Amino acid sequence: MNDQSNSIDPGTAMTTTTMTMIQALRSAMDVMLERDDNVVIYGQDVGYFGGVFRCTEGLQVKYGKSRVFDAPISESGIVGTAVGMGAYGLRPVVEIQFADYFYPASDQIVSEMARLRYRSAGEFISPLTLRMPCGGGIYGGQTHSQSPEAMFTQVCGLRTVMPSNPYDAKGLLIASIECDDPVIFLEPKRLYNGPFDGHHDRPVTPWSKHPQSAVPDGYYSVPLDKAVVTRPGNDVTVLTYGTTVYVAQVAAEETGVDAEVIDLRSLWPLDLETIVDSVKKTGRCVVVHEATRTCGFGAELVALVQEHCFHHLEAPIERVTGWDTPYPHAQEWAYFPGPTRVGAALKRVMEV
Amino acid sequence: MNEYAPLRLHVPEPTGRPGCQTDFSYLRLNDAGQVRKPPIDVEPADTADLSSSLIRVLDGEGNALGPWAADIDPQVLRQGMRAMLKTRIFDSRMVVAQRQKKMSFYMQSLGEEAIGTAQALALNRTDMCFPTYRQQSILMARDVSLVEMICQLLSNERDPLKGRQLPIMYSVREAGFFTISGNLATQFVQAVGWAMASAIKGDTKIASAWIGDGATAESDFHTALTFAHVYRAPVILNVVNNQWAISTFQAIAGGESTTFAGRGVGCGIASLRVDGNDFLAVYAASRWATERARRGLGPTLIEWVTYRAGPHSTSDDPSKYRPADEWRHFPLGDPIARLKQHLVTLGQWSEQEHQAVTAELEAEVIAAQKAAEQFGTLSNGLIPSAASMFEDVYKEMPDHLRRQRQELGI
Ligand SMILES: Cc1ncc(C[n+]2csc(CCOP(=O)(O)OP(=O)(O)O)c2C)c(N)n1
Ligand SMILES: [Mg+2]
Repeated sequence: MNDQSNSIDPGTAMTTTTMTMIQALRSAMDVMLERDDNVVIYGQDVGYFGGVFRCTEGLQVKYGKSRVFDAPISESGIVGTAVGMGAYGLRPVVEIQFADYFYPASDQIVSEMARLRYRSAGEFISPLTLRMPCGGGIYGGQTHSQSPEAMFTQVCGLRTVMPSNPYDAKGLLIASIECDDPVIFLEPKRLYNGPFDGHHDRPVTPWSKHPQSAVPDGYYSVPLDKAVVTRPGNDVTVLTYGTTVYVAQVAAEETGVDAEVIDLRSLWPLDLETIVDSVKKTGRCVVVHEATRTCGFGAELVALVQEHCFHHLEAPIERVTGWDTPYPHAQEWAYFPGPTRVGAALKRVMEV
Repeated sequence: MNEYAPLRLHVPEPTGRPGCQTDFSYLRLNDAGQVRKPPIDVEPADTADLSSSLIRVLDGEGNALGPWAADIDPQVLRQGMRAMLKTRIFDSRMVVAQRQKKMSFYMQSLGEEAIGTAQALALNRTDMCFPTYRQQSILMARDVSLVEMICQLLSNERDPLKGRQLPIMYSVREAGFFTISGNLATQFVQAVGWAMASAIKGDTKIASAWIGDGATAESDFHTALTFAHVYRAPVILNVVNNQWAISTFQAIAGGESTTFAGRGVGCGIASLRVDGNDFLAVYAASRWATERARRGLGPTLIEWVTYRAGPHSTSDDPSKYRPADEWRHFPLGDPIARLKQHLVTLGQWSEQEHQAVTAELEAEVIAAQKAAEQFGTLSNGLIPSAASMFEDVYKEMPDHLRRQRQELGI
């Protein structure tokens, strides 16, 4: 199924396979089910069928029904039972079918999962990973497109992670499963089958054309608190994550602005050092995310940059985000912060 | 030594999977006419037997049998037949239009047409339905404009919902059809609130709540039962058990060796389990429940046993998780064929009339589709304006949205 290549990943010295994001996520769960008997995977449609996005395909056959199984359609039930399993000592990895459907589980996430360690002074922990596909770009309308990351980053005790490529997806998911803190693992569904730069009218690029699709076959992890510079540059720092990493990169190429694009990967806790070093170098900053603007994660990023880099800033920090409306269906591309809007912001900050 | 054997997690499995026929004996059927019909002021606890047996009226030959075989005006049956046929024809054409990329998505109700149709005919138009995405038959029974429905599906310039909602997430207040949510089960408890409001205001309108077997697992379902019971809300609580929730079998929702109707009895609600593919049974049970609600006798929960004959949606491929020809073996058959057989027995329908009505309805749907497509389709870009995206977030557009709209350059 996967395209085995003979190349060796220099970081891990392992053979690699060309994978899509879906295959990389599956591979992470496979590795962890194999390594740790306490890992269990469940959620709606994830068992026999292998998930509506096929991320868990084949895992039930390989590990059995008490390790990988279907759950009733109750997000509060899924997260609540996962908290109970975590208290017993398991390491549940649950799938919420779409991030748009986590709301019924809010109480279990915010008041329970996130605070078990604190309120029991470490007697009980929630070593859970909640996987959720997020983001738009698939004509999913308002209930299959949301990016609710800021609702999680505001909750003390949660880690919030969002990979943008297969290599990071596998490494970050393994790190999340191993982590003793609860992790919200957001998967930009528009990236499942290829990097997407916002040019929705152009042919889809497959992952196989992208270097980050060379995924080591075995166990490795990517740290949960390290951002990565995906495009070095000198003019302006772009802080982003998920799908808009590719939008920012293409906007830099198209405008000729020498932007330094930082893929945050871990939203919270945040790699502030990488951000501050870059903004001090460039003196300018643009924040890009797909989520709504007001009180979005970008607001926190802007606050931190001005706290830490005020004297280095040469222009006001700009935000390019989804609009403050529910995610529309037909007007999806007027809503999505695509390369035109990001490019315009890059040019604006350069004119100051 | 521990005297106990190690515990094992029980994960229910369907009896059938691809390449392996389903054993439908788990359905526990009754023959037509076998199940009693209590008075409408029955004590909820005394419906326990009705929540585990299966109310059926039509037998295999198309005869109407037993206490639930009410005298129905043949006009209502003919009307029901037309609405069911129209629903099926509409669905099959819209699935094709989706394949042609005129719309982004579609969900058909193949095999479940009797339930929404017969209940809509048993309700008044001023009663409010709180549907899921699989009750388009209510709109057909209430003769909602096909052109408007298709404009919604195409997300075009005349889409009454301004391109904001996924196809099939209709909202037709004038036809007593509440705006459909993508988040499962939320409407179920809202219907109870609407019914409570009718009682608070001394009205005589009732509400009809809808949910699928799978979605009954959500808390909102259980909460709805509690509230409906506590306030004796004038509401019909419909559970459409079509055996599947995407790839998961109804046992994963909690249907193994119990029934969804049984949940109602446990909450103090009169509850029935009914053959959902039997138009006469659906109509009779719905009439019984509407009378109870309208006379202040409280809620009724009805589990409709049916089968999701098509894929979950146009994004789904059921041959991956269930036998491909399963509908053919489903013991409750096809609701349209069964009503047709009954009407023919009554001398109210014939094969020729069936062909003629089918052709007439096909022409009606085709004409409506043509008319709707003149206002655009998602693929040709004739969609509601980007500016309209900022409307209706609030009653009056606040400054921040006005600024964002300007930023978009419109
Ligand atoms: C809160 C929530 N969780 C998950 C989903 C995804 N989802 C959409 S339909 C569906 C299956 C519903 O099955 P059922 O209730 O039996 O209705 P049916 O599709 O059979 O009519 C699921 C899991 C959702 N829409 N909302
Ligand atoms: Mg169902």
